[in-house]
Amino acid sequence: MPGAAGTALLLLIPSLIVVFGIVVYPLGRTLYTSFFDVNSPFPGHYPFLGLGNYRRTFTNPAFWAAIRRTAYFTMVSTWFELLLGILLALLLNARFHGRGILRAIVILPWALPTIVNGLMWRWIFNPEYGALNALLTQLHVISNYRSWLGSPFLALNMVIVADVWKTTPLAAFLLLAGLQTIPRELHEAARVDGAGAVRGFFRVTLPLLVPSILIILVVRTIEAFKVFDIIYIMTRGGPANGTQSIAYYAYIQAFSNQLFGYGSALAYVIALFILGFALIYMRLLRTEFAY
Amino acid sequence: MNGLDDLSRRDFLKLSAAGAGMASMGAILAACSNEAGQGTTTLNALFMQQAAYSNTDVQGMVDAFQKANPKIAVKPTFVAYESLHDKIVTAAPAGTYDVVLIDVIWPPEFATKNEIIDVTDKFPSNWTSEIFPGALQTAQYQDKFYGVPWILDTKYFFYNKDILKAAGVKSAPKTWDDVFAAAKQIKSKHIIQYPLIWSWAQAEAVICDYAQLLGAYGGQFLDSSGKPAFNTGGGLTALEIMKRSIDDGTTNPASAESLETDVVKIVSQGQAAMALNWTFMFSLANDPSQSQVAGNVVVAHTPSGPSGAAPGCNGSMALSIGSGSQHKDEAWKFIEFITSQDIQDQYAKLSLPIWKSSYDEPEVVNTLPEVVAVAKTQLNDMILRPQVPSYNEASAALQLEIQSALTGSKSPKQALDAAADAWGGLLQA
Amino acid sequence: MRTEGRPARRRKRRGKRAAYLVLLYAAAVLTAVIVLAPFAWLLISSVASPVDLLARPLKWIPSHISFDRYTSIFHAGTNDAAADFRSGMINSTIIASSSVAISMAVGIFGAYAFARIDFRFRRTSLLFFLSTYMLPPIAILIPLYLTMVRLHLLDTKIGLIVVYCSFITPFVLWILSGHFRTIPRDLEDAARIDGASRLGALFRVTLPLARSGLLATALFGFLLAWDEFLYALIFTSSAQAKTIPVAIAEFQGRFTVDFGLVAAGGILAAIPPLLIAFAFQRYIVSGLSSGAVKG
Repeated sequence: MPGAAGTALLLLIPSLIVVFGIVVYPLGRTLYTSFFDVNSPFPGHYPFLGLGNYRRTFTNPAFWAAIRRTAYFTMVSTWFELLLGILLALLLNARFHGRGILRAIVILPWALPTIVNGLMWRWIFNPEYGALNALLTQLHVISNYRSWLGSPFLALNMVIVADVWKTTPLAAFLLLAGLQTIPRELHEAARVDGAGAVRGFFRVTLPLLVPSILIILVVRTIEAFKVFDIIYIMTRGGPANGTQSIAYYAYIQAFSNQLFGYGSALAYVIALFILGFALIYMRLLRTEFAY
Repeated sequence: MNGLDDLSRRDFLKLSAAGAGMASMGAILAACSNEAGQGTTTLNALFMQQAAYSNTDVQGMVDAFQKANPKIAVKPTFVAYESLHDKIVTAAPAGTYDVVLIDVIWPPEFATKNEIIDVTDKFPSNWTSEIFPGALQTAQYQDKFYGVPWILDTKYFFYNKDILKAAGVKSAPKTWDDVFAAAKQIKSKHIIQYPLIWSWAQAEAVICDYAQLLGAYGGQFLDSSGKPAFNTGGGLTALEIMKRSIDDGTTNPASAESLETDVVKIVSQGQAAMALNWTFMFSLANDPSQSQVAGNVVVAHTPSGPSGAAPGCNGSMALSIGSGSQHKDEAWKFIEFITSQDIQDQYAKLSLPIWKSSYDEPEVVNTLPEVVAVAKTQLNDMILRPQVPSYNEASAALQLEIQSALTGSKSPKQALDAAADAWGGLLQA
Repeated sequence: MRTEGRPARRRKRRGKRAAYLVLLYAAAVLTAVIVLAPFAWLLISSVASPVDLLARPLKWIPSHISFDRYTSIFHAGTNDAAADFRSGMINSTIIASSSVAISMAVGIFGAYAFARIDFRFRRTSLLFFLSTYMLPPIAILIPLYLTMVRLHLLDTKIGLIVVYCSFITPFVLWILSGHFRTIPRDLEDAARIDGASRLGALFRVTLPLARSGLLATALFGFLLAWDEFLYALIFTSSAQAKTIPVAIAEFQGRFTVDFGLVAAGGILAAIPPLLIAFAFQRYIVSGLSSGAVKG
């Protein structure tokens, strides 16, 4: 069909304009800026640094510390969301009274705006008036109120809790969607074979969920690596930079320190990291789709 | 099937039409708001939300100005303090704001990057003697004025007199030694678990508390040659004291994640006996509708160190003219108007005037007699955070290291040495 | 277990079944509690008195309930945080729905091309669109800001709509193209044999059948737009364009003491996305299953 490509292009032109019309120029401009020592937002002549900003990035311990924290945040939150998402999806797929209500309830965290979610958890984790301290002391789990966002590593984990609470439902819905495409006969066949529920899950269900799982891994990894909003609202990177993600670090460099050249280089490095992750996962995706 | 088909398509078209309609409505609105009446100038002014003067107060000042200057319209915008700096930076190339509110720590940065303009020529010479010197410093960088001070504030010492009395503390603490001794006494008598609360979260707040201790113990941020000096002497003592009071349980560990508002809450709940905070705490902690200890919270001069030094951290703010402003003269007129003694005296309830003589005016004194009495002396005794163009980076490095020491991952000396190293690089650049 | 009789085995199976059900309901209840408890606390915080909120030991049930904070948000003066909040709600509604409408309008054609037309680099170009999703917003923030200034789009709703469309559209292409592919091609072919054009077939046959996918996609897009924070933070500053996440973030400025007010604002900000998500609840899973998962 000779006209196919032409028709496709015609149909895609509006999307191309809406997406790349906005993105292309700034992307190029940021790349250009990343080669200069731009230290104010004004246009003008700035000293050319070549790859200086990139060198500065890779030799900066603060950058690597932020990358490590972001990688930890990404790994832990993504895998928790996946594991809890699988359990939740199995639950939502089981037959019981009130399943419809539970499905509706589970939507709530997902629809809650990130900023509101961050505020809510900050309030719950409040060291003096937070509901978490109140609950744990009233249940006699801890004897005294304690600080949850006051030490670096604990704070990072508490931000992960807030993130997992909000995003697990989306993972669960994607997996539920995957579960529903699995024909019931397959389960029944497995049962006839005498496989127990657990073995049946690992032998039959899990392999068929692989596409959903990979989508979750890719999407969540990309999002978690870009994490900004929830950090901004919950901890602003503290304490002792313990929750400073790489995107937040880049933001601070560009807007708070007015190092726009360095900030631009950082933005590109983040994008490269994400691209790397995504390529790895997509390779996996493609092999999965191949059969 | 056909019915559904039509319905969906119609719905879809409706939806698109609605979207397009809304979009064009937005365009019209946007166009309208940019237009001003014939012959009048519109000034855009950037203020912050929820501190010192309330938005209603600012609107009142704006209305008064417009009445006096019918040819100039002022459009105030309010953003959170946290986004104020970044907003000024991002808006600079566009010249969006004619007047911007700046914090005391920003003039070197904004001045060297040409984001605000030098107003030394417009600055009347008699102002330099009539305005508190601490306030003047807010708008000053290298002997030039980059704005007019507007909000004058420092951290005072607040204590709950009932708790001190219950613990048998005879006289109000005057020195830091008194403070920590009183704290130990309160703790040992089990009156409250943590007598002290601070705003030591990773933010500018921790630098303010630190600055005040550093000043009391005779330390300096920079020595006379401009090199970092806070890692020795008083600067080191200050951090060691902070760390010790966490270790001995007199300071609430929640301090490391608390900001000034958290301090207000904790004191208002009677869960802390003593704290440093800005002026606004006085009214809030003594407001019966929000505080359990209303009437018991006393404001005092900040405690002194061994040499008797007791400077308050200068937390003032000034109004500057954006370098991209097309209406610099009108902007100056507006700044002149709302920083004037008349206006400031009228609105003294939430923010004290920059003018020395106001503190003898009954109109001002009667609004908050307790605070004014202390302010009169404290405002003459303030410590300035270092005035360097890369202040934000320097401050972030110091915040990080102070927190590293407080959370125990480094000793105070190691932490401050590391911060001084970082500063060395920044100050050179 | 030869010696075991039939009734015994049945009893055992029944026991197993009962244990399974107990476990199932326990898991369901636990899930509901974990999901609802934090939100319930937000709700309680918004109506409890400040004294109750700060009490120790904490009072879970407030001594009296007051909706004062909600009324203060709706009735306070014209120039304060509450006013910004009110305009933020309106701005967010306009911006989110316009962005979704535009993204859907352009995305439907693109998605159709990806689903129905075999052309070279089909997969690659879809990935190309999706790759924009990997960019951290900070990568384009500064130059985009300067462009906005030049086009007089700074601090306008249109400015944000334009930006939001650029990240919602790739998403629409992805989900919808997967969805269109699940709709049998024969139906369209039949329509075209009857004389309908390609677009006619798209509008008459495919779109009506893809309703759940369209609704799910629109829902996702709406939530994306409603949730966006960083662009709005940098690009808007006045009540004419500031969106609700920015207004909420400012609600907890450094001198706000009453958390209840922040909670009330948070709940109001969550109502539109929650209502929409509940209303289109049943389309979420079906929309995803045919769109994203099979895509």
